Amino acid sequence: MEPLRKHTGLVFPLNRSNVDTDQIIPKQFLKRIERQGFGQFLFFNWRFHDDGTPREDFSLNDSKYDEASVLVGGENFGCGSSREHAPWAIQDYGFKVVIAPSFADIFYNNCFKNGILPIELPKSVTDQMIKEAEDHQYELTVDLENQVVRDDSREVSFDIQSYHKEMLLNGWDEIAVTLTYQEKIDQFEQKTS
Amino acid sequence: MSQPKTIIEKIWDQHIVHEEEGKPNLLYIDLHLIHEVTSPQAFEGLRMKGRKVRRPERTYATMDHNVPTLHRNVIKDAVSKKQMETLKENCEEFGIRLADIHHPDQGIVHVIGPELGLTQPGKTIVCGDSHTSTHGAFGALAFGIGTSEVEHVLATQSLWQAKPKTLEVKVEGKLGTGVTAKDLILAIIGKFGVRFGTGHVIEYTGEAVRNLTMEERMTVCNMSIEAGARAGLISPDETTVEYLRGKRYVPEGEAFEETAAEWMSLASDPGATYDQTLTIHANEIEPQVTWGTNPSHCVPVGGKVPDPQVMSEEDDRDGVERAIEYMGLEANQDIESIPVEHVFIGSCTNSRLSDLKKAAEIVRGAKVHEGVRAIVVPGSQTVKKQAEAEGLDTIFLTAGFEWRDAGCSMCLAMNDDIVPPGERCASTSNRNFEGRQGNGARTHLVSPEMAAAAALEGRFVDVRKYASTVGG
Ligand code: SF4
Repeated sequence: MEPLRKHTGLVFPLNRSNVDTDQIIPKQFLKRIERQGFGQFLFFNWRFHDDGTPREDFSLNDSKYDEASVLVGGENFGCGSSREHAPWAIQDYGFKVVIAPSFADIFYNNCFKNGILPIELPKSVTDQMIKEAEDHQYELTVDLENQVVRDDSREVSFDIQSYHKEMLLNGWDEIAVTLTYQEKIDQFEQKTS
Repeated sequence: MSQPKTIIEKIWDQHIVHEEEGKPNLLYIDLHLIHEVTSPQAFEGLRMKGRKVRRPERTYATMDHNVPTLHRNVIKDAVSKKQMETLKENCEEFGIRLADIHHPDQGIVHVIGPELGLTQPGKTIVCGDSHTSTHGAFGALAFGIGTSEVEHVLATQSLWQAKPKTLEVKVEGKLGTGVTAKDLILAIIGKFGVRFGTGHVIEYTGEAVRNLTMEERMTVCNMSIEAGARAGLISPDETTVEYLRGKRYVPEGEAFEETAAEWMSLASDPGATYDQTLTIHANEIEPQVTWGTNPSHCVPVGGKVPDPQVMSEEDDRDGVERAIEYMGLEANQDIESIPVEHVFIGSCTNSRLSDLKKAAEIVRGAKVHEGVRAIVVPGSQTVKKQAEAEGLDTIFLTAGFEWRDAGCSMCLAMNDDIVPPGERCASTSNRNFEGRQGNGARTHLVSPEMAAAAALEGRFVDVRKYASTVGG
């Protein structure tokens, strides 16, 4: 996994709460057996009409967000199914950071496994960010090391578990880390069987 | 005497492989269930790194999400077929038991686990599917995981997990006649919202929960994820033990009695405390129907679609407006005036034998309303066989329902069982998200009895007016 330390990018605002994984990537695209290539299906039903033409009423189709790499969403982002295809699609589309007032647990965890940084910030702050990004080209810098998000005028800090932080900073392969505890797993199995 | 503990803490403590300040715990996983959709990339990951499956015998696979429920001998969808073949090859390569599409044990992963007795109290159970919480009905700690975690469990039989907070949902009193476990869980989510469980494991307690059968308990625990919870469970009791007696993968004879005593000792101790407790009164609950696009958007069947005009920002007025528009409804519309075109009885929430029996009771001797397509999809091939032995298939078929083979089917519409855009479905599944049952499809979540009644009347009706539900 690619390490993620610091990232500066354009914000795509998604002012909706309870964005569920069925919205992030509809199930007809879950049949693939690869990890790559899901970005084209991100928010598919919101982005495209039935005949495949882009919908003008969905702002991700607006060229001003073409370069966006930070997604700011609403409460309970990523609720619903456990499909990791959701973070795969988000990442494959080009997002590195997702900011929301709250996340669904499984989605939040899945992000870290794929080098995406999910950040929880108070709703008053995310609302402000969404407004800015709707109005004009709005850039944010995320500094994971120091746990802050900043724009031109201010800086807010965020919480993150140190375990998650280290995983992203170092781009760890979690399984390799766990395999260093193999002996303890053996002992546990002997004790309980 | 030691501090009273909840079942959640007991199971957690028993499964810690490693703990260290500032880190999640490394938790041992007793049972890993896998299916065709969320596993291929995990096996591929193992192969790329030359890793093995640590405990194939603790892993069990089936095919459920995208399998056709009709004409199973020829699978037309090439991509689905590839996914099924991939699972088969992976199970062969890594030595994992598989109930494939032609196997008599095949079915929805959360239906067959309990049916085979793989699901047992006190176990940690994971699956790459969010409704793994279903298994919590047995007093197991069961939760959904992503594909990277599937790979992690395959390789290490363990997971890094932060200790969850505990949340008691206490259901006092008794459920009324014609009010089901589905109505109970919908009412809980309707009352407390789709986020109240975030970061928590829920334990359901109280008189109404104790009175539920195992199948009803599974319906309740199944939808814990719809409340945002990591898992939901119910302490084991006699009901749990009697359900498991004689199941294929539980011990027999005296060993069973010993194991059962261990199971019972896992129940939360009297006086154990939770991080939070919420209470709801069962006797106030009525049959529920969802009108919107998340499961908290529900009201009693005698109620109306809400009016966003009278709501505040806090109540997610915009979300409600969007939902009403998506659903093609009007504010203040009577629920009983909503017509349905499709009825789906199935899914890991409500596709077990007792669900089908209760629906059949309503349907017996009647006819599906003109213009309604109604399908019954048993949760497993075993359920199907049992139902046929009791003649339920005949009741449904005579009434004009379709009778299918087991799978997830119209719950998520990955196979051909799709609700067309703009059409409306009364569904016994667990998610009414936009597009869940097909692009543009409009889903109303209900109990099997309510779905059956909607099929007969072509609109939502209060199932309590059917005499046969009285006393049941
Ligand atoms: S029936 Fe529906 S909710 Fe249950 S496992 Fe299948 S797709 Fe998921």
